[in-house]
Amino acid sequence: MKHLEQDAQLTAWASPQPVGFLSEIISFINKTLVITELEIRKLRHDPSDLVTRAVQPALWLLIFGEVFTRIRAIPTGSVSYIEFMTPGILAQSVLFVSIFYGLTIIWERDLGIIHKFLATPTPRGALVLGKALSAGVRSLVQAVFIYILALLLAVRVNPNPVALLGVLITVILGAAFFATFSLIIACLVKTRERFMGIGQVITMPLFFASNAIYPISIMPAWLQVISRVNPLTYEVDALRGLMLVNGQMTYGFGLDLLVLTIATTILIIIASILYPQVVV
Amino acid sequence: MSVSILETHSLTRRFGSLTAVDSFTLSVAAGEIFGLLGPNGAGKTTTLKMLTTLLPPTSGEAEIAGHSIVHHARDVRRVIGYVPQLLSADGTLSGFENLDVFAKLYDIPRGEREKRIKDSLEFMGLADSANKLVRDYSGGMIRRLEVAQSFIHHPRVLFLDEPTTGLDPTARRVVWEHVERLRDDYGTTIILTTHLMEEADQLCNRVAIMHLGKVVAIGTPAELKASIGGKGTTLDDVFIYYAGSQIDSGGTFRETSRTRRTAHRLG
Repeated sequence: MKHLEQDAQLTAWASPQPVGFLSEIISFINKTLVITELEIRKLRHDPSDLVTRAVQPALWLLIFGEVFTRIRAIPTGSVSYIEFMTPGILAQSVLFVSIFYGLTIIWERDLGIIHKFLATPTPRGALVLGKALSAGVRSLVQAVFIYILALLLAVRVNPNPVALLGVLITVILGAAFFATFSLIIACLVKTRERFMGIGQVITMPLFFASNAIYPISIMPAWLQVISRVNPLTYEVDALRGLMLVNGQMTYGFGLDLLVLTIATTILIIIASILYPQVVV
Repeated sequence: MSVSILETHSLTRRFGSLTAVDSFTLSVAAGEIFGLLGPNGAGKTTTLKMLTTLLPPTSGEAEIAGHSIVHHARDVRRVIGYVPQLLSADGTLSGFENLDVFAKLYDIPRGEREKRIKDSLEFMGLADSANKLVRDYSGGMIRRLEVAQSFIHHPRVLFLDEPTTGLDPTARRVVWEHVERLRDDYGTTIILTTHLMEEADQLCNRVAIMHLGKVVAIGTPAELKASIGGKGTTLDDVFIYYAGSQIDSGGTFRETSRTRRTAHRLG
């Protein structure tokens, strides 16, 4: 058997690295960004998905929005109905982009890509968070598109940079939440068919049981309860306050941000535990 | 005999009432090419998943380069590379990008990264296709890229799960040559599963034959042939002798459909 100059090679060998709390955190952030970068690269090679995804919010705003603005049946306070619903449609777009994100996990599991990532020393949480953030990036592309539509529809959008930054954070956080939620479902059901079934079933209730296209105050009491525990409501609330010139928040940005952050963190932790089990 | 780099002690994995791997004990020397043989469902892939820390063992222990797969999984992950049986390169990215991701995940310093990636592409004979999308690669090229991905950090032990399934004889031979060169140039220990007896015979220093989760025979191909006697004995005869008739083997529907899909994509 050949053992060529092994001693000389020893320095070049892969070896475990020293562990420290700070370096762990830096490494976690780095690895998360590597995964996000990977997803963005894929998007750059094939951006067609982004275009087709833009059709749905356009239909909602141009058809549903225009008609309901004329009916004047929904109390929307200081803003017109089309203005009221624009942040709701942005949130809906984020939801739709993210909620089927788990499908990529099932796809990658079937291909064997996940196996290889799990055999690297990458923290599981970074693999999950990286994917969640990339759903955020996809959602930002949607946000740009919806802002353009809103301007065309004469919605008075708030150009304040701080407000725009707030929208950016809210969109990324909302996308991360629903993408992670989707990853968890994918980890649990494991097959494409079952995942699609569940995805279809939960998407519309999540959307309608929120303040996206009508205020919670006009809902029946039981639906109000559901809407208040639906994270989408808090995302819409934040967006409505930040995106519009006359927008008002029901709960305040602080609470909205807190709810979304805590909910996302909990889901990331659950997903990090479930994720390695998709290959079992 | 040189130092062992991989040791398993009664490694066992159960799925419900099924014992997929039963008291698997093995010692592999540094620089060996070691083959795990067996019919589908014999427990080869389960063994590999445990050794690569994807699947925790039900009982037993294994150490790779001195690190326990049970207690120090992350240390183990730093010193191993794993090429799954399925198609693990990303078709929507270029060969260079596929390697770049893994170079970053394996903490190759920024300054060395580009050179390391170029060297790997060169080594695997893929330098000309570095910027082509992987979906336009041939099956043999994809496999070599996958090996390069899992070798980018120069692991001590490289695991290959059925590395040549679905490849034509020429592509298969090229993959073998590269695997041998990895061992010769870097002293990497290579553990592979296969059910191609020709592959085991040509490539492996030692092989273990698994059947129903147990190791039923272990040794060099020559030793195993000698152990059942007879003139002109091939490794095929050894396999049939130890692993029994093939009548009720062949894997489940899901395994079969996966294998065929992978074979189709690589072909």
